[in-house]
Amino acid sequence: MSAQGIGARVARKEDKRFITGAGQYTDDVYERQMSAAVFVRSPHAHAKITSVDTSAALEMPGVIDVILGQDIQDAGIGNLICGWGIQSKDGTPMKMAPYNVMDPAVVRYVGQPVAMVIAETRAEAVDAAEAVVVEYEEQPALTDFGNYAAGPVVHPGTADDNLICDWQLGDEAATDAAFAGAAHVVEMDIRNNRLIPNAMEPRSAVAHYNRAEDHTTLWTTSQNPHVARLVMSAFYNVAPEHKLRVIAPDVGGGFGSKIYIYPEEIAACYAAKRVGRPVKWTADRTEAFMTDAHGRDHITKAKMAFDADHRIVGFKVDTIANLGAYMSLFSSATPTYLYATLLSGQYNIANIYANVKLVYSHTTPVDAYRGAGRPEATYVVERMMETAARQFGLSPVELRRKNFIKDFPHQTPVLMNYDPSDFHGLMDTALKTIDFDGYPARKAESERRGMLRGIGFSSYIEACGIAPSQAVGSLGAGVGLWESAEIRVNPVGTVEVLTGTHSHGQSHETTFAQIVSDRFGVPIDNVSILHGDTDKVQFGMGTYGSRSGPVGGSAIYKALDKVEAKAKALAAHLMEADAGDIEIENGELKVAGTDKKLAWHEVCLAAYTAHNLPEGMEPGLKETSFYDPSNFTFPAGTFICEVEVDPGTGVTRIVNFVAVDDFGIIINPMVVEGQVHGGLAQGIGQALLEGCVYDDEGQLLTASYMDYAMPRADDLPSFGLDHLEIRNPSNPLGVKGCGEAGAIGAPPAVINAITDAIGTNALEMPATPERVWRAIQSTQTAMAAE
Amino acid sequence: MYNTTYYAATSLADAAAKIAADGDAKFLSGGQTLLATMKQRLAAPTMLIDLTKLPELKGISVEGDRLVIGAATKHAQVASDATVKGAIPSLAGLAATIGDPAVRNMGTMGGSLANNDPAADYPAAAMALDAIITTSKGEYKATDFFTGIFETALDEDEIIVKISYEIPKKAAYEKFRNPASRYSLCSVFAAEVSGGPRIAVTGSGNEGVFRVPAMEEALTRGWTADAVTSVKIDPETMLSDMHGSAEYRAHLVAVLAGRAVAKAG
Amino acid sequence: MADVKLTVNGRKIAKTVPDRTLLVTLLRDEIGLTGTHVGCDTSQCGACTVHIDGNAVKSCTVLAAQVSGAEVVTIEGLAKGDTLHPMQEAFRTHHGLQCGFCTPGMIMMGVDIVNRHPEGLDEETIRKELEGNICRCTGYHNIVKAIGAAAEEMSSGTTQMAAE
Repeated sequence: MSAQGIGARVARKEDKRFITGAGQYTDDVYERQMSAAVFVRSPHAHAKITSVDTSAALEMPGVIDVILGQDIQDAGIGNLICGWGIQSKDGTPMKMAPYNVMDPAVVRYVGQPVAMVIAETRAEAVDAAEAVVVEYEEQPALTDFGNYAAGPVVHPGTADDNLICDWQLGDEAATDAAFAGAAHVVEMDIRNNRLIPNAMEPRSAVAHYNRAEDHTTLWTTSQNPHVARLVMSAFYNVAPEHKLRVIAPDVGGGFGSKIYIYPEEIAACYAAKRVGRPVKWTADRTEAFMTDAHGRDHITKAKMAFDADHRIVGFKVDTIANLGAYMSLFSSATPTYLYATLLSGQYNIANIYANVKLVYSHTTPVDAYRGAGRPEATYVVERMMETAARQFGLSPVELRRKNFIKDFPHQTPVLMNYDPSDFHGLMDTALKTIDFDGYPARKAESERRGMLRGIGFSSYIEACGIAPSQAVGSLGAGVGLWESAEIRVNPVGTVEVLTGTHSHGQSHETTFAQIVSDRFGVPIDNVSILHGDTDKVQFGMGTYGSRSGPVGGSAIYKALDKVEAKAKALAAHLMEADAGDIEIENGELKVAGTDKKLAWHEVCLAAYTAHNLPEGMEPGLKETSFYDPSNFTFPAGTFICEVEVDPGTGVTRIVNFVAVDDFGIIINPMVVEGQVHGGLAQGIGQALLEGCVYDDEGQLLTASYMDYAMPRADDLPSFGLDHLEIRNPSNPLGVKGCGEAGAIGAPPAVINAITDAIGTNALEMPATPERVWRAIQSTQTAMAAE
Repeated sequence: MYNTTYYAATSLADAAAKIAADGDAKFLSGGQTLLATMKQRLAAPTMLIDLTKLPELKGISVEGDRLVIGAATKHAQVASDATVKGAIPSLAGLAATIGDPAVRNMGTMGGSLANNDPAADYPAAAMALDAIITTSKGEYKATDFFTGIFETALDEDEIIVKISYEIPKKAAYEKFRNPASRYSLCSVFAAEVSGGPRIAVTGSGNEGVFRVPAMEEALTRGWTADAVTSVKIDPETMLSDMHGSAEYRAHLVAVLAGRAVAKAG
Repeated sequence: MADVKLTVNGRKIAKTVPDRTLLVTLLRDEIGLTGTHVGCDTSQCGACTVHIDGNAVKSCTVLAAQVSGAEVVTIEGLAKGDTLHPMQEAFRTHHGLQCGFCTPGMIMMGVDIVNRHPEGLDEETIRKELEGNICRCTGYHNIVKAIGAAAEEMSSGTTQMAAE
């Protein structure tokens, strides 16, 4: 334990460089003789490329080279892959179509790269890109993915009906039987709107080829540099693993979009070797809109069956998930194993059946975005619960309480085995935090001002730290989902922690240092966290799915166990005591019940001088752990949202938002609160503001901040947060993960609140002022007709 | 951005001579729209003639019943200037809603009016406050100045020098922002000037900023919100896009006009 | 080519650059001040915010030539040696940053907001004033807190560190 240990609210170590402008992001890398790359991109959603003429571009000032898709193909650099294989219900494998770095023949979404221009400066490269003449033969595009089978076909020969996989989970016959005997059935059509991630740092890659060593260094905006290196070497043939170093330096937010390996960084590695100079490519924001993997985009029909006492007896969900033009790295897992497995929510449901159809369309690839599948599941379950309560004339709190799971562990019918939480306790705390008893008075006060006030609930559960490796492997994952940690204790007692996770806002440099401080009493300033460089950290799986705390932190914990054991053995030897009697307290190793003690740094030094080690002990103090969890973790919470709707304009203002979560043990409450705030903003953004729009020709209409509404400071309230801290039994830290909860739980709370305010259940996200105004008009029309 | 040449004009005559010599040159004021457009490669002037250093385009003063503002005055100055706040607080308030603080530190009134973006704010004030726009060649009434979306009566080589607004008996601006761009989706400037009541709308008209004679006429019979909210706006005259249909915008005009009238008092 | 003379963070610099060079490009590519970031193309995200003659401006939407002769302060010039500006300190204390990418622009805008509101700041005003700065990580909650706290610190008179 220490003042900076687990549970301490300490300021972040990493902040100093960020608040002084000293952060080192990929675009801040400037290499000698560095050239600039710009991509020529398809203006069409679907077209055949009939010719490419680079002659004029090659004559432009400053131009070094123009690279085409055929060049990359001829170099043997291969197709991008989806790393998670799933099967249709008839046992056939998913239909993965070839995903070229730059397809020389066909383009399938607006923004797909066609050629890469390398020039002395970015401005010159942009000028020259415009001079590359590409002739296209335009083809009709598929954007209405609900009618995927009607065509046009995205990948003829691979998926002629555009259906990638017709996947299922659960027992359909048993679920149908439950519906047959049900007293009530509630049905809903639910759309989960397509989102564009918009990490504030656009993607970027700097590639440097060292001819002397035939070695490539790639700086890139990645959440998982080791996976990037693995995939680029094992599948894409960019370079063998030992000849490729991937560095993800400071990364300006990811939210999923920087998990994947994209065409641009592969092309940059090829280009650096070809032109013999370092190459930098940095996306502009419109490129980010067009090419970062998008998120969500589900069309769902759901129905829930209840008995006469309003207990859920069955749940049936049919979803069509749009994966876009190509299968991105984890695109198959997101709408299946990360979605349908959470359809039990916080509720006792004996029978669940989900059918998910994954389909192609002529749009940007879609993959995991903050929450990844779990927001979609939560939205279906929690919209359903609120709507059912209204239909039954029950309070939404009462209906939820009637169905909450109380006994743990709890096995759902959709694979998950929930660890302990307290769903009633979360609801109790949320009601208290928002002053639920005072709500009627607040509503009356709003009405006096001519405003409509509504309140909405969302009781979510999610699954983090996806694991164990053997289980995910059996479900089709191409990788294991363990994490590594290496603890290097220096002779003076300072500590370096190497982790295979990657921090791009998650505060690992502080919270991981706190885990070390907690153990040895060293100040966090004496602990360095190293990550994001395949030359420093041997291997790791990166950061996504709220895995860094539960999996990465636990790996550190396990490695610390080994360091502690060795330090204690050494201290015992030096103080002529039994290792079992050594206690670590305030940075000292003490013999229990005596006044014998050694300072931490004295023991560390002794390990390195090696003048007096126990028999058989090797010198040094450095340990490694590869930690593979035994289960997912299950954070849960209840969110309550209060809105005021202006009936004249349809504008919704969030006037009160409370989030009460169980994240297990909390390492740094300040950091956890920050993660919740950010997640809530993204969830509220999805509910109120954000929506990706394609027209019928597949043109992306929301390709800049002029048209894609990002949440801004005045769109959001200050949030009221609280926690229950229920230890997670499946990892040694007892943590559950907090990175995605806000984005998972918020959307249904907001929409449930608005629909409560305006008195109709039919409202799509984002609930723009016009949509809300129209919904209000429809209720008035309906009332007038009665 | 395409290649271009930057030139800081030293006088009106100098600026006029430069543009006469190069037909593909453009005047640059704050640049908050023009530079953004050039970055998207949607405009490619061979030369940018910077007008912001011209002394003729500076200054804020009250002249009789009018407030006169130099064309190179930045939005931030209009928003914070004591003379503007004293004479037409609603105009200062309008300026404080344009773009964001950083944009307001560069963007100018003349630049905004000359660009006549259908979602810009100043055109509504100019129309409602019977503005007179003085240029290097003459002067225009606001109603003659705005001729269509991104269209004005200005010649290519004509420079706005100053803008004079009638100081109204009362006035207010109600702005409804596009949730993405934060430009006006539908905003209404309501004023009572010597010529009578004025209702000017920006962000919604399919021909740009416009006045609503039916509302103005209704207000002559009594300055009440109800007088304007009951006036129906024809959706056929409205812009329509993914942020707001014509029907919704037509509805907003009435709602916001009512609120502006009420706010003006 | 344009001859651009600027005072950047107290140092005089003179560069000859293509006329189309944006201020942010000059800062990053020519003089290595990479703390000023580019997050969008439509002058909306505010990651590129710097001070020009004491006022916050988006350096992605101004030509370097346009402001020749001006005093520019970037995020690198805000602290006095090892002493952080109260706005920087407040962002750290209140966890007003996560990935750090929008942070330089947020801090420069934060200073500008406080400078323009000597009367003090409430939450609603801060949120409105942040209209031109987008953050994807923090939900703004702690940024708003940080700017409020810095405003009090800056007005207390104990620290005379407005970004001239």
